[in-house]
Amino acid sequence: MGTIYTLWIRQLKRYYRSRSRMIGTLGNPLLFLVAFSYGFGPIFQRAGEGTDYITFLAPGIIGISILMTAMASGTDIIWDRQFGFLKETFVAPVSRLQVMFGRTLGGATVAVLQGIVVLFIAMFLGFRFETLLGFFLSLAIMLVSAIAFTAFAIAIASLIEDVQGYQFIMNFLVMPMVFLSGSVFPLNDLPKSVKIIAHFDPLSYSVDGLRSSLAGIAYFDTTLNLIVLGLLTVVFLIFGSWAFSRIRL
Amino acid sequence: MIIIEAKQLVRNFNGLRALDRISFSIEKGEIFGFLGPNGAGKTTTIKILTTLLKPSGGYVHVNGFDPTTQAMEIRKSLGVVFQEPSLDDDLTAYENLDLHGLLYKMPTELRRRRVAEMLMFFELWQRRNDAVKYFSGGMKRRLEIARGLLHHPAILFMDEPTIGLDPQTRNHIWTYLKQLNKEEGITIFFTTHYLEEAEKIASRIAIIDHGRIVAQGTVAEIKKQTKRAETLEEAFLILTGHGMREEALLGVSRNHMNWEKQSGQGL
Repeated sequence: MGTIYTLWIRQLKRYYRSRSRMIGTLGNPLLFLVAFSYGFGPIFQRAGEGTDYITFLAPGIIGISILMTAMASGTDIIWDRQFGFLKETFVAPVSRLQVMFGRTLGGATVAVLQGIVVLFIAMFLGFRFETLLGFFLSLAIMLVSAIAFTAFAIAIASLIEDVQGYQFIMNFLVMPMVFLSGSVFPLNDLPKSVKIIAHFDPLSYSVDGLRSSLAGIAYFDTTLNLIVLGLLTVVFLIFGSWAFSRIRL
Repeated sequence: MIIIEAKQLVRNFNGLRALDRISFSIEKGEIFGFLGPNGAGKTTTIKILTTLLKPSGGYVHVNGFDPTTQAMEIRKSLGVVFQEPSLDDDLTAYENLDLHGLLYKMPTELRRRRVAEMLMFFELWQRRNDAVKYFSGGMKRRLEIARGLLHHPAILFMDEPTIGLDPQTRNHIWTYLKQLNKEEGITIFFTTHYLEEAEKIASRIAIIDHGRIVAQGTVAEIKKQTKRAETLEEAFLILTGHGMREEALLGVSRNHMNWEKQSGQGL
C-alpha cells in the first residue's frame, strides 16, 4: 500500500503544480458547457425534451471532463518513459502492479477533481443537482469511471512509444466516444443503429449514471450503469496491468 | 566474496549480438570500471545487472541472486545512477529523494536524516524546495547520484555518473564514494569516458568493445597486456582502435523493444 500511496501523492502534486495542464484539460469541457448550453439550449427546449438544457448537459460534460483528464494520464506514462522517471520505479524493489495501481489511482483522483470543478462551474451557470444523496452517488460514479478510463489510458500508453502516436489514437477514440455517449444530446431519438453503437461506448454508462444521480434523467437502468462501469473497471485494470508489465526501457 | 558474476553472458537484439559471451566477476567492496567506446555494450550490461533487461543466454548473479527470477531481491541491494536523467522535474529536490526513500521503504526518521545528509553533501540543501526543472544539468546530476546513494545500497551502479560535471564536483563526488567504499564496503560498478578518472578510481577495470571483453584486470595489468601503453587511455585506444564510433547499436536499441515484445525477451 505504501508504494501505491507514494505514487498517488506524486500524481496529485504534479497536478496541483501544473496549472497550464489543469486549465488545458478543462478547456474543451468548459467550451462545450458554455457554447452548447447557450447555443443549443433554446432548440432543446423547443424540441420539448421536458427539462432545461443545462440540466441535461452538465452531467454529460462532467463525464467528458473525466474522460479527457484520465486520457492525459497516458501522456504522463510516455513522458516518464522518455524522460527516465519510469526507470527509477522499475529498478526499485516494488512490483509493477503496485506502480500501475498507484498511477491509476493518482490519475483517477485528478480526473474526479476536474469533474467536481466542472460540476461547480455548471452550478454557476444554473445547474442544480436534485438531491444530496444523488450528489454523493455521482461522486462514486465519477470515481469508478475515472479509474476505468485512467487504466485504459495507461494500457494504451504502455503499448505506444511516442506522444504523437498516443494523441492520434486518443483523438481517434475519444471524439466518437464523446458524441456517441449521449453526453450532449439525448439518445432517445437517435436511429436504432446509433443507439446500438452507444451501448458499446463506455462513456454512455458513465454519463447516464451521472445524469441519473444528479438530474434524475436516465436512459439505461441505474443498476445496469453500475454493473457495466464496475466490469469495465476490472477489465481495464487487468488490461492496464498486463500492458504496463510489458513496458521495456 | 564474489558479489557480481557474469559467465558467457549473451544479449541479442533483433538478430544482432550486443553482448557476446562476456564473463567477469566482481568482489564485494571493489570499485569496478567498465569501459568501452560508444555502443560497445556497457549500458546493455548495466541494464541486465540491474534487472531491466533479460539476457539472451549465459549465467549472471548479483548479490547471490539471479536477475531473471529474483529481481526483487536484487533491487533491494542496488543503487542506480542512469546515463540519462531520471528525476521527476515537477517535484522538488527534497521530494525526489523522499519519494526514492519511500519506494525503498526506508523508515521515516532514517529517510529524513539521509535526505538532509545527501542534500547537504551535494550542496543542494539551499535549493531543496525548488522544482528540479529549474536546476542546471550539473545540479541534476548531483541529485541523481545523491538519490542512488540515499538508501545505503550494497552495490552502486553508475552509468557515466560524472558526465557534465566540473572537475571540482567530480573530485568531490569521487572522494566521497571512495570513502564510502572504504568505510562501508559498498561495491561500485561504473562506466565512464573519462579514462584518467577510471585510472585513478577503479581497483579493477574491464574494457568492452563490440560486445566482447577485450581486457580486464588492474590498470597495470591492462597496460602490460598492450606492451607499449603508458596510460590507460593509450591502452584503451590500442585495444579498441582509433576509429570514431557512432552509437553502433543505437538503431538496434530503437528497434529492440519491438523485438522484445514479439519474443518476450524483456523482463
